[in-house]
Amino acid sequence: MSGMRRVAVLVWKELIELKEDRDLFGIVILAPILQLFMLGYAATTDVRDVPVVVADADRSVASRALVARFNASPNFTIVDVVTSPNELDPYLERGRAWIALAIPPGYGEALGRGTPQALQVIADGSDANSTNVAIGYATNLIAGYAQELGARMPAGSVTPGIEPRVRVWFNSRLDSRDFMIPGVLALLLLVITTNLSSMGIVREKEVGTLEQLNVTPLRRWELIVGKLLPYALVGMVDVCLVLAVAVLWFQVPLRGSVTLLFALTLVYLMSTLGLGLFVSTISSTQQQAMMTTIFFFLMPMIYLSGFIFPIENMPAVIQPLTYLLPLRYYLVILRSIFLKGVGLETLWPDALALAAWGIAILSLAVARSTKREA
Amino acid sequence: MSAISVHDLTRRFGDFVAVDRLTFEVREGEIFGFLGSNGAGKSTAIRMMCGLLKPSGGTATVGGIDVGRDPEGVKRRIGYMSQRFSLYERLTVDQNIRFFAGIYGLRRDRLETRRRFVLEMSGLQSREHVRAADLAGGWRQRLGLGCAILHEPPIVFLDEPTGGVDPVSRREFWRLIDGLSARGVTVLVTTHYLDEAEHCHRVAIIHGGRLAALGTTAELKRAFHGRTIIEVHAGRPVDAMRLLDDMPDVEKTSVFGTAVHAVVSMKPGEAARTIRERLEGGGVAVTRLGPVEPSLEDVFLDVAERATQ
Ligand SMILES: Nc1ncnc2c1ncn2[C@@H]1O[C@H](COP(=O)(O)OP(=O)(O)OP(=O)(O)O)[C@@H](O)[C@H]1O
Ligand SMILES: [Mg+2]
Repeated sequence: MSGMRRVAVLVWKELIELKEDRDLFGIVILAPILQLFMLGYAATTDVRDVPVVVADADRSVASRALVARFNASPNFTIVDVVTSPNELDPYLERGRAWIALAIPPGYGEALGRGTPQALQVIADGSDANSTNVAIGYATNLIAGYAQELGARMPAGSVTPGIEPRVRVWFNSRLDSRDFMIPGVLALLLLVITTNLSSMGIVREKEVGTLEQLNVTPLRRWELIVGKLLPYALVGMVDVCLVLAVAVLWFQVPLRGSVTLLFALTLVYLMSTLGLGLFVSTISSTQQQAMMTTIFFFLMPMIYLSGFIFPIENMPAVIQPLTYLLPLRYYLVILRSIFLKGVGLETLWPDALALAAWGIAILSLAVARSTKREA
Repeated sequence: MSAISVHDLTRRFGDFVAVDRLTFEVREGEIFGFLGSNGAGKSTAIRMMCGLLKPSGGTATVGGIDVGRDPEGVKRRIGYMSQRFSLYERLTVDQNIRFFAGIYGLRRDRLETRRRFVLEMSGLQSREHVRAADLAGGWRQRLGLGCAILHEPPIVFLDEPTGGVDPVSRREFWRLIDGLSARGVTVLVTTHYLDEAEHCHRVAIIHGGRLAALGTTAELKRAFHGRTIIEVHAGRPVDAMRLLDDMPDVEKTSVFGTAVHAVVSMKPGEAARTIRERLEGGGVAVTRLGPVEPSLEDVFLDVAERATQ
């Protein structure tokens, strides 16, 4: 019982310190909103007039109709139609086209027979996000066309065409902002709470107050809970802020349960706060803690978690590594709750992985922290 | 029973020995001074006694508890004020007191009594709501002491509590230490100020991690027995020192303000006569010359020098 009282005293102290720290207020409250607005507007809703070059080796009615559809779509502009796929490369290399579409000979004939026919879509990968969106549009367009043809055919025949990609499927408006904003939430939470926790503890180390605490009867778990609880609270405040802006301002659909989102966010915070605590046990200055957090943990996570580059586009050797990152699971959870509206019945493996990660890193950090220098 | 009992306490950092087989006892209610130059190992020794640093060897028993075996047990019985100011600068005086009282588990009546005691003791009553960051040096140190003794520990460790504090505040602070001792609290305190050492019941001089001398200041001065310090005021002190250094009976010389102190292995009368003859023979005009009581500074320098050899 006296343990809980000491935790309460620590939380009280920490909240006063947070309140007194003007810079921190800016970082914790203003920065997330600013970031959200910046990224929300930078992640443009739709990609328009993507330049497309077509190699139409078929030259059938069907292939011409497909090209006409591309041209009619506000998302694409046909820059040229050539005959051989070999002629496509210069267009992509010089940036005259972002996407090249190769229609094989016999495409129209195969469609008529109802046999699935593969179309080759080549994309310029230098702007992964826009390209992804553009590929999404293209896939949808081709599939839609094929489906229409299928519908016009007698019942019972196979629907020809291309399977649309799953990722695009659930973001039916193909709205990259809807896809980005849940990611921004995950990232903001990661950056803010990991740094708060690592710097908060290392600052006490630097100033010497940690030594003063270490000479009191305060137990390790009391200190850790008392330090981390207020930061978890800050994290939850940020979630509310970001959610409000995302839903009310950017009109991102929130299809799933808000309660579940909050619950799993708490699980996620165990990993981010635990990570910060772990960094604090291996750093002796705040600067060191910040650098370690950024370069050894945050940057790899941002690159490898699927936040920027889709995991399925990563080299096969890298892909398994992504399972080591808590951000990966939380991104899946957030995007699924936001866009698919699914619940725990689907998300439990990710939730479990996230919880395991959190418990593991917290235990490691607690084991490493001592009240007596070795 | 001793309040603190240290036996062969040792601490190594890699190959470097910061504290080397330290052995001493501190009696209950005693003010025990730790004297030593920078890097002598005072803080390291104190941190081991407080259970903040694991000893590499030897034992320390504090308040009857072996700190190596039960550091947390020791922590319940001691107060510790580190060399650095270690209160929360963003909290006010009152908030700092309440925070540490809470951590030490003080409740209601006791909390209120102790809070008022600390405010009164440190003279901070009218500054209760000033942020600790805005306090002047002397007030900070007194608040630091107050927070370290909120739980009324029988043993208190103060690591350089008066560093960087003005003379008036230093005297104030020592009045508080005397008050603690009068109530039976054992105080182990480190200092660089030799005048402060005179307040201690006993003093340990630490040099290079070792115990170089131990005793009351009077005892330490008596260790000069059989030797004499001659204070020389001369027109050309540099020449005087050179002449003195060449004399076989002069152990060493040092500058003391405008005077020169020479440690001579002779009786006072004989020493004064020999030195005057030598200096005047060497053409140095002597203004004043005679035997003086060894000051603590003489003792300290002497002990340090001999420990180095
Ligand atoms: N954690 C550490 N790692 C390595 N060396 C250390 C460590 N702590 C102290 N030392 C070294 O041990 C020696 C003794 O340091 P200590 O702080 O105990 O001296 P001190 O007598 O308190 O000096 P001061 O009067 O300057 O406070 C110093 O040389 C210091 O550099
Ligand atoms: Mg020291």
